Amino acid sequence: MSGTDVQLADVVAVACAEAFRGDGEIFASGMGVMPMLGARLARATFSPDLLVSDGEAFFVDGDLPVGASLAATDGAGVEGWIPFRSVFDLLWGGRRHVMMGASQMDVYGNSNIANIGPWERPSAQLLGVRGGPGNTINHATSFFIPRHSSRVFTPSVDMVSGIGYDRAAQLHPNARAHHRLARVVTNLAVLDFETPDNRMRLVSVHPGVSVDDVVANTGFELVIADGVPTSRGPDAAEAAAIERLDPRGLRHRELPSTER
Amino acid sequence: MTADKRMSPDEAAATIVSGMTLGIGGWGSRRKPMALVRALLRTDVTDLTVVSYGGPDVGLLCAAGKVKRLIYGFVSLDSIPLEPHFRAARQNGTLAEPVEYDEGMLQWALYAGSLRLPFLPTRAGLASGVTEVNPGLRTVQSPYDDGEELLAVPAIRLDAAFVHLNRADQRGNAQYLGPDLYFDDLFLSACAPGRRFVSCERVVPTAELVAGGPFQTLRVNRSMVDGVVESPNGAHFTSCEPDYGRDEKFQKAYVEAAGDPATWATFTDRFLSGSEDAYQQAVAAWRDEAAGS
Repeated sequence: MSGTDVQLADVVAVACAEAFRGDGEIFASGMGVMPMLGARLARATFSPDLLVSDGEAFFVDGDLPVGASLAATDGAGVEGWIPFRSVFDLLWGGRRHVMMGASQMDVYGNSNIANIGPWERPSAQLLGVRGGPGNTINHATSFFIPRHSSRVFTPSVDMVSGIGYDRAAQLHPNARAHHRLARVVTNLAVLDFETPDNRMRLVSVHPGVSVDDVVANTGFELVIADGVPTSRGPDAAEAAAIERLDPRGLRHRELPSTER
Repeated sequence: MTADKRMSPDEAAATIVSGMTLGIGGWGSRRKPMALVRALLRTDVTDLTVVSYGGPDVGLLCAAGKVKRLIYGFVSLDSIPLEPHFRAARQNGTLAEPVEYDEGMLQWALYAGSLRLPFLPTRAGLASGVTEVNPGLRTVQSPYDDGEELLAVPAIRLDAAFVHLNRADQRGNAQYLGPDLYFDDLFLSACAPGRRFVSCERVVPTAELVAGGPFQTLRVNRSMVDGVVESPNGAHFTSCEPDYGRDEKFQKAYVEAAGDPATWATFTDRFLSGSEDAYQQAVAAWRDEAAGS
């Protein structure tokens, strides 16, 4: 499979959707265009039991395009109500899988969206930890990183907003049982932590990307097996669903195929 | 008939004393009690502890040098992820005591405060940077057979609370008509009686509240409220669904102005140097200009 005619954004959308495969009847929550597209694509194709939200306060019934609001669309309606308080109840109960961003991540999946530089006086204040601590200790968490670089994949992170496997290992078994970092999708590759000591592993590289490209842009040593496969593109049903879910092509703005 | 609790934004703000702990409702750049925040900007109050799911409320109070301690999980303008004044305050070190929590921990702290409990246990925050940058946080061991160690989130008791809802009656029964109450009821419930203020788009007779939406929209009752402030467009420039959405253009102008001391001084002169009425008139004039250009 050459895969050279496949659009990068479509490969990444499928890779994001794959994070939710087999999750069953839980809330697939995506932060940002690509994670939201991934969650909705999974629900529209191979994981139909998932619940997805409009990013505001409602569970969406039907295919809501990314970037559209429920008020402005036809074809998609409401199947439930999920205000912020219910989000916390649901996530502390474990019925959620979130895909979010990270400005830094280390080899065990400790992630940072809070600040760059020392917390006491950061060189760059970002969002704050938000729900990262509660997400990662309560349910599955995946990540989407639009620019895979050694500035993001760092030996250590400046503030742990989402806990990685080394930290989770210190927890009481009842807490550790709920910690799972499912996968990390970037503009270059798919990664996960399915290794004996839960270090980050290269799962696949996107079409046109080499293993060396990934290694050169990662600031720590990845676990790499012989013969890393190429990330797959969408099949016909997935391609049709992507068009329904992103008719304006917002995904290409986030990940132009020419940009590597 | 119980008391008529109506008052002006400035009368509400005048009750706030330097050094108090103030909780502010809403979420990010959504349904923030901005008229009350603007009124507070006009006072000489300082050294506040502010508790908020932060948006421009936090940004403006930081820019005005009124915040000593900030308890937050994030500060964001939603459609613009990073709040410029909050960023500057953190990066310049002018925010003396940042207290960074997980979002859910913040809810738990307010809930514990509202129930008059010393703390509530949770897993959220354990093993994360939150416990490292808040060395005062303690853990508690489950007294049952599991023996699990949990984070004991200390209660927050507020001296004052500001929230903005869609409708209220003059006695303080209040109604949200949008998709999410956020944690506004908790901010009011975690606050000591005396300075619990609800601003609203419109004060209406009680019967009109009941007719205006399903009973489930009546989550704030008058036992939770000391002052009612009628402030049409009072959440501007944040959203107040379904009355109005976020004023994205104005929010963008706010962020651009915040990028430089000179432009921020101009913005402050134009929008934040007079009364709430003057603010609303200045915004209307700005809109006309923008439409004309």
